[in-house]
Amino acid sequence: MAKLVTDVVCPFCGTLCDDLEVSVTDDGKKILDVYNACAIGAEKFLHSQASDRITRPRMQDEDGNWKDVSYDEAVEYTAKILADAKKPLMYGWSSTNCESQAVGTQIGEVTGAIMDNTATVCHGTTLIAVQDVGIPSCTLGEVVNRADRIVFWGCNPAHAHPRHMSRYSIYPRGFFTGKGQKSRKLVVIDPRCTDTSKLADYHLQIEQGRDYELFDAFRVAFKGEKLPDTVAGIPKKTIYEVAETMKSGRFGIIFFGMGVTQSLSKNHNIDAAISVTRDLNDYSKWSIMPMRGHYNVTGSGEVWGWLHGFPFALDLSRGFARYNPGDTTSNDLLRRDEVDAVFVLGSDPGAHFPFGSVKKIWGLPSVCIDPHITPTSAVCKLHVPVAFVGVETGGCAYRMDNVPIECRKVVEPPEGMLTDEEFLKKVLTRVKELKGA
Amino acid sequence: MVPKIKLNLISGRTIQQGVSMEGGKEKPAYRNACGIIEIDPADFKKLGAWRNTNVRVTSTFGSVVVKAIEATQGPHPGLGWIPMGPWANQVINPNTYSTGMPTFKGTPVDVEAASDEEVLDSITLITRAVRGEL
Amino acid sequence: MAEYLIRNGFVYDPVLGIDGDKKDIAVKDGKIVETTALSKPTEINAAGMTVMAAGVDVHAHVAGPKVCVGRNFRPEDKLFNSTPQAGIKRMEGGFSVPTTLRTGYNYARMGYGFVMEAAMPPLFARHVHEEIRDTPIIDEAALPVFGNNWFVLEYLKNKEIENTAAYIAWLLRVTKGFGIKNVNPGGTEAWGWGMNCETVNDVVPYFEITPAEIIRGLIEANEYLGLPHCMHVHGNSLGEPGNYTVTLDTLKQAEGYTAKNDFGRDTVLHHTHLQFHSYGGTSYSSKGFESKSKEVMDYVNKQDNITFDLGVVTLDETTTMTADGPFEHHLSHMNHLKWANVDVELETAAGVVPFIYNPKSYIAGAQWAVGIELGLYAKDMMKTYITTDHPNAGPFTRYPRVIKWLMSRAAREHMLEKELKYGDSIRNTCYIGEIDRELTLFEIAQMTRAGPAKVLGLSHMFGSLRPGCEGDVAIYPYNPEAIDPSRDPELIERAFSTAQYLIKGGEMVVKEGDIVSNGSKRTFWVDCTTSENPQVQRDISEKFKRYYSVTEANYEVSGHHYVPNPYVIEVDASQ
Repeated sequence: MAKLVTDVVCPFCGTLCDDLEVSVTDDGKKILDVYNACAIGAEKFLHSQASDRITRPRMQDEDGNWKDVSYDEAVEYTAKILADAKKPLMYGWSSTNCESQAVGTQIGEVTGAIMDNTATVCHGTTLIAVQDVGIPSCTLGEVVNRADRIVFWGCNPAHAHPRHMSRYSIYPRGFFTGKGQKSRKLVVIDPRCTDTSKLADYHLQIEQGRDYELFDAFRVAFKGEKLPDTVAGIPKKTIYEVAETMKSGRFGIIFFGMGVTQSLSKNHNIDAAISVTRDLNDYSKWSIMPMRGHYNVTGSGEVWGWLHGFPFALDLSRGFARYNPGDTTSNDLLRRDEVDAVFVLGSDPGAHFPFGSVKKIWGLPSVCIDPHITPTSAVCKLHVPVAFVGVETGGCAYRMDNVPIECRKVVEPPEGMLTDEEFLKKVLTRVKELKGA
Repeated sequence: MVPKIKLNLISGRTIQQGVSMEGGKEKPAYRNACGIIEIDPADFKKLGAWRNTNVRVTSTFGSVVVKAIEATQGPHPGLGWIPMGPWANQVINPNTYSTGMPTFKGTPVDVEAASDEEVLDSITLITRAVRGEL
Repeated sequence: MAEYLIRNGFVYDPVLGIDGDKKDIAVKDGKIVETTALSKPTEINAAGMTVMAAGVDVHAHVAGPKVCVGRNFRPEDKLFNSTPQAGIKRMEGGFSVPTTLRTGYNYARMGYGFVMEAAMPPLFARHVHEEIRDTPIIDEAALPVFGNNWFVLEYLKNKEIENTAAYIAWLLRVTKGFGIKNVNPGGTEAWGWGMNCETVNDVVPYFEITPAEIIRGLIEANEYLGLPHCMHVHGNSLGEPGNYTVTLDTLKQAEGYTAKNDFGRDTVLHHTHLQFHSYGGTSYSSKGFESKSKEVMDYVNKQDNITFDLGVVTLDETTTMTADGPFEHHLSHMNHLKWANVDVELETAAGVVPFIYNPKSYIAGAQWAVGIELGLYAKDMMKTYITTDHPNAGPFTRYPRVIKWLMSRAAREHMLEKELKYGDSIRNTCYIGEIDRELTLFEIAQMTRAGPAKVLGLSHMFGSLRPGCEGDVAIYPYNPEAIDPSRDPELIERAFSTAQYLIKGGEMVVKEGDIVSNGSKRTFWVDCTTSENPQVQRDISEKFKRYYSVTEANYEVSGHHYVPNPYVIEVDASQ
């Protein structure tokens, strides 16, 4: 027999779908099947059930031999490396709930840590651009109900946010958009012909890294001014035509991703993208939204925002909060040997940081708190497996449009396993003792 | 002399990367999804290699062996695509230029056939690389 | 719990009619008690100091999504003002949009005990509550916004007050909200298409209803339910020269309505930050602008069912933020600074723009004058409240400065003569130069405690030192016998900025000016019972199924981690 848990929130990407259904055994211990999820989301739920899952903390020696340790020993090691460090890096925070982020921030306050989240390799440059020029945006339901122009720039939701198009952007029928896809024009700007661009009314196959120029060309085109024959590989005729399509919509939105944030020019690309959106508001109604990756990277920016005023790259080492990207960001700190301990929770820098940074983590006292075996756990001295947030414990997460949603607990974690929040609370208590705070 | 081609490397998500990542990064499926480089047919011609052979990708910043496959979301002549992950991150440009953001997209790389070399799984790749064993 | 006996202070309590008499105040078990009820109190010598009930703020933007946008997109707001952890006090940062930690501490330092978050977008209610949870010491509540909500627009278009009320009761329950906020009625929905409603008679696109109908409908629904607070409106055309006629039209919508509730509230419409709504003229230049504070107050003073707060411009660099989306867009075109906007499906919008009220500009000085004038023209100080629409007209930490301006003509003259570049033009186009009135401490206590507590329906708990009220007492280093406001106005500001003591809920949280406890803050919300309404239930399910981006089951704020320490006010509207 099975029971069905409905309205389940998917803890994978920033789309934060909340309409999943999960069937579980009557005793609430085993997931049997996952409905409505994309392939990635379903795998996340199902993999939590893997029989070879690590369920106890373990430490490795210099030769890479692992030995199981107790949670108490793990707490002690974690607290000690953080308390002993002059400037520990506490990185990650994007695949966990806001409650854990808040406890973690207190640990950072007590130990004078650098707190950084995955925005640092994802939409950190967006956050910088927003500080320069602001951001006109909206919730995803506004797109459903009003949007007749959709632009995907440097993002590929068909792969990275698989249900985005059906739930929010291209297909849904909303209040003022009863014809669904038929009522919308889709523009995709990408150097590749992606599975997203195949759906577009216009695909502008831009020369990689020339986004800034094309954004600027649009601003010129809106005003009807002269353009060179091609910009970023796009003929001017196409640019004028797409500009007119954008201006003529009633409600439009630009979704953008790593193609814009990680290419050279970085925050300046987004600065230009936001300026395009501002300009368009002189003709009709336009919004712009970053396609946030981790399901709760947005939340960690909010938690740090309300506690300390900055969305990432938070430096608490001087006793109060500072922020200076390039200086207080993880990869810069690691490459310059400026941190002396590394704590990772809710992310995998081992896989997703440039290798030079990973090598630095390996050379430092380090702990990785993650349900999975990952390249990060492989290079950290201590690996602490924990319950999956959104599967085995609940908590608050923020969608890419900043809407907070409460994740659901679907099944019990394996016996004796701690959640992020429980583990962090123990560490907090211990660092306070060690620091005499 | 093995022909070498120059490509502009970008990395990013794919659905297979996402699925296999959640299925366990220590598993072969993750290597099969991310230890690859997608190359345009035109560039394959220049490379003079078969589809699905291993190649060595080298930049100013590092070098890695991955399997070359034909572009799934092409054509994109001149562009190479390695899904985000430890393989791509061996070679991408780590400079942040004071933004905090490494330059994950737009790294010039050389690609050459390396059919005798092995594509390592993620854990082996990273644990051997940090020890300087690659 | 500790007992406190506050001895020999000059006590101001408008509710008890105490006007500076030397009295002892007793606190026990979290409440004010008779002095005879104490057994072994800790004595606080308040001789030479002013004793009042803790302050109550009727309107400030201190928690939630747009506040956090303001924080995160203004790193410059934290420059050179962060302070480290000390004792139990955590790190602080920020000026116009301080962190939640600093927000709580700064209110406590000013002797405040309760703050109303003035605009909660329902879809973001969890965020508001998480920030409230992480704001130490002060009790807080939040007003969900209703004036552009599709349910409300549709019900009111059909004059369905009962359905509107049932929906409001449901929404207050699921968002843990306190009352009805109504921002730029209809105009923010129009902003969904980049448009606005500029008068109370402009028709909302598609919904075919006017702001006037929305205001009246929400007043009726509010009184149908008998909520503690009244309908709390931010009228159309905020900040526009000549908008005072729109304001008068807005206020007139309250005519004919009387308050129906069990909370001692006797007004039906609260107009917030009236300063922004009392402008004459046609432009922001000294040749085109004039104050209409007198005209607005001539009307307000004749009504007995209206309250308002000032929204005084404090001449700072600050961060504006409001659910009035079109206004912020307009503002960003005036000052060309960064602009953030968030449109919220089916419900509302918000905009955020930094703003510098430059004392060297004419208009900032004139705006300052308008706000002060409203306070000085007001007849009933129980219906007139001090705010800065934090952080829109200035940060809440400037309340003591506003008190100084209200209490001291000399301080105002100093502004006009020394601080403001265009003092003469301001005298010519505003009323401020003609007004001699200096408010008293008794009147200040009405405007900052007794009055706001009453309009929020919380006079049984806050705003007075009557036995039975919450043990919330502020003690200021201000000796009314020794200080002459006309000679030493700066002492007023200093005293009200730094309470010597604050006892909150019977616990000492500020001692000799220092934060000594993180308190035990509560979140207030209103649980209103209505009779079953299957139609509204059906409409809710339908809207969630078809138009919301979250499911109905994932909308409700529930769980200890959002509201760990609730204080629920129950209202029975089922009869």
